[in-house]
Amino acid sequence: MNARHAEAAARFIQNKAQEEWHNETLFLVREKRDRQAASLPEWEQLRQLASQIKMHTITHLDNYLEQFADRAEANGAIVHWAKDAHEHNEIIYALLRERQVEKLVKSKSMLTEECRLNPYLISKGIEVVESDLGERILQLMNKPPSHIVMPAIHLKRQEVGKLFEEKLQTEKGNSDPAYLAHAARLHLRNEFLTAGAALTGANFGVAATGDVVVCTNEGNADMGASFPKLHIVSMGIEKVTPDYKTLSVFIRLLARSATGQPATAYTSHYRKPRKGCEMHIVLVDNGRSDIIGHADHIQTLKCIRCAACMNTCPVYRRSGGYSYTCFIPGPIGVNLGMLKSPGEYSGNVSACSLCYSCNNVCPAKIDLADQIYKWRQQLDSLGKADRTKKLLSGGLRYLFARPALYNTALRLAPIINKTPRFLIYNNLNAWGKGRELPVFAKESFAHMWKKGKIKQHP
Amino acid sequence: MAYSKFGLFVPCYVNALYPEAGVATWRLLEYLGAGAEYPAGQTCCGQPMANAGFEREAEPLLRQFDRLFALYDFIITPSASCAAFVKEHLDGMNGRLYEICEYLHDVAKVETLPGKFPHKVSIHNSCHGVRKLHLSSASEQMEPRYSKLKKLLSMVEGIEVAEPACVDECCGFGGMFSIEEPAVSVCMGQDKLKNHLATGAEYITGADSSCLMHLQGIARREKMPARFIHISQILAAGL
Repeated sequence: MNARHAEAAARFIQNKAQEEWHNETLFLVREKRDRQAASLPEWEQLRQLASQIKMHTITHLDNYLEQFADRAEANGAIVHWAKDAHEHNEIIYALLRERQVEKLVKSKSMLTEECRLNPYLISKGIEVVESDLGERILQLMNKPPSHIVMPAIHLKRQEVGKLFEEKLQTEKGNSDPAYLAHAARLHLRNEFLTAGAALTGANFGVAATGDVVVCTNEGNADMGASFPKLHIVSMGIEKVTPDYKTLSVFIRLLARSATGQPATAYTSHYRKPRKGCEMHIVLVDNGRSDIIGHADHIQTLKCIRCAACMNTCPVYRRSGGYSYTCFIPGPIGVNLGMLKSPGEYSGNVSACSLCYSCNNVCPAKIDLADQIYKWRQQLDSLGKADRTKKLLSGGLRYLFARPALYNTALRLAPIINKTPRFLIYNNLNAWGKGRELPVFAKESFAHMWKKGKIKQHP
Repeated sequence: MAYSKFGLFVPCYVNALYPEAGVATWRLLEYLGAGAEYPAGQTCCGQPMANAGFEREAEPLLRQFDRLFALYDFIITPSASCAAFVKEHLDGMNGRLYEICEYLHDVAKVETLPGKFPHKVSIHNSCHGVRKLHLSSASEQMEPRYSKLKKLLSMVEGIEVAEPACVDECCGFGGMFSIEEPAVSVCMGQDKLKNHLATGAEYITGADSSCLMHLQGIARREKMPARFIHISQILAAGL
């Protein structure tokens, strides 16, 4: 079923207090991003560079991936290639099974969300523990992330307090953030110590050195990579970057764009396994190489998953991550969903007023809004066009292509101003939900011009 | 200077709902000595259909537009959004098609205006005006701050100019977005109105009557004390 964003959004907005708080919280993040961006005189140059580096890398991906894999293996890591989500999950499960691992501790990874790794491993009897605080909260609630950087941004601390009372036996009624974070730390510390393997995502892979670079604020990726004997990295193939010089451009942009910090608390480079331990890197395609051939949408591969487009999106802020059906919400998610499966995700394409703010904040200069515009042009041929909009578009074109008819219609239009309300404000009138109709002028400009009334003006 | 022929493009909804913006634009051009003609047979440029996903319905209208204005050296319009759409979809429009403020500021380079408007106004920085026509700097972009609208308005005697918080956030109109996503659209509009009214302005003004129409619809429904006026009408005050 192709769920419609508009309906889910309307439900989110019904809780006005929640909507206002969500909107304001994320706009504060946008403003923090603005302040950080403004502090670098070369900000716009960095964005331009990032865009160029990404386009270069994506269009020379075979070279850089081979280089990355060679270097990583020379360093002592083992590289696996997964053509899709299923292969990715199987590779990881095999690694765990062969080593009799019963518990996997994870740091944040949108790729494993994409591959639906957790349910797969759980179905095989593996215990999976998320170690990013937001992700862990959601895992305890059995909910997906609603934002890709701040996964539990839609929750208030009181809700977290309640959850922890039940799951981590914290004090009743205590929702002090420091207290709750401390409780989570103690709980997670034990998970790190008892897990048989750790999985991290990868923000970047450096082709020249074979480094996997992971940016976190909680240090949880480092805890994972430092305790268990097995470290698995899930990395999308588009995450590779040529060298340290190019990496530095992204590192300067990422945290500033994402959370308005000059840098994340931890920027960790994992290059080789610890003594007596193993490091495995799973490079995942899962549709990415198909996007390279998609001239209109290749730019989505430049995404560094900072979520700046979500934080600025006036629609996302007022509708929440769960109103989108794709696991990545907001402008980038609308596009990635359509690339994955138009049939499944076309209900998100309406979630855009074409304000173009996303294009302007994107640190890699992805033309997000232009792409949404292009997807809209495809909806009708996919059989997914909104019926009202289709009728209206055809009807308006009919009228507008016939100036004489249009002018006659306009002469009659002011009648609507006097029509009884019940005829106009009913369920058929989406405009009338929350808005009065505009008032037609007594005389149109065209009519006044024809009668010579405009030029008569002294 | 060689004689230039000016054509006035009055978008469909301005024609039907806000003809006074068309009149004011014409008067501003008269004032500059650029007697503009209004080619008969104008309707719509096709933007609403194209943004909704029906570019093919827009194409005949764009061709109609091209034909009607073929003989004009300059095409001036009181709508930033329509100007941006036509520029993106028809060849030969750069350097020819201008939104009225853009024309006054960039081409005619007016330094003074004769009118008075002794009121406080809040500028509505429309998305396409800001992010496509660059009528003002975009809040997301790290570039020197400027506003052509503010500069023009400040030439009018007695005016006090303010801008809302979230200075160029979308008002939620978005053409058919407003009817496909009515809940979000109205919510965005309510927030925008609140920010405008918080400035203490008597009028909300801007280069796109479509945004103002949406905000006006909400203000009337909620009986909020907001008044709206297209920027060309303020700039043409006293003409």
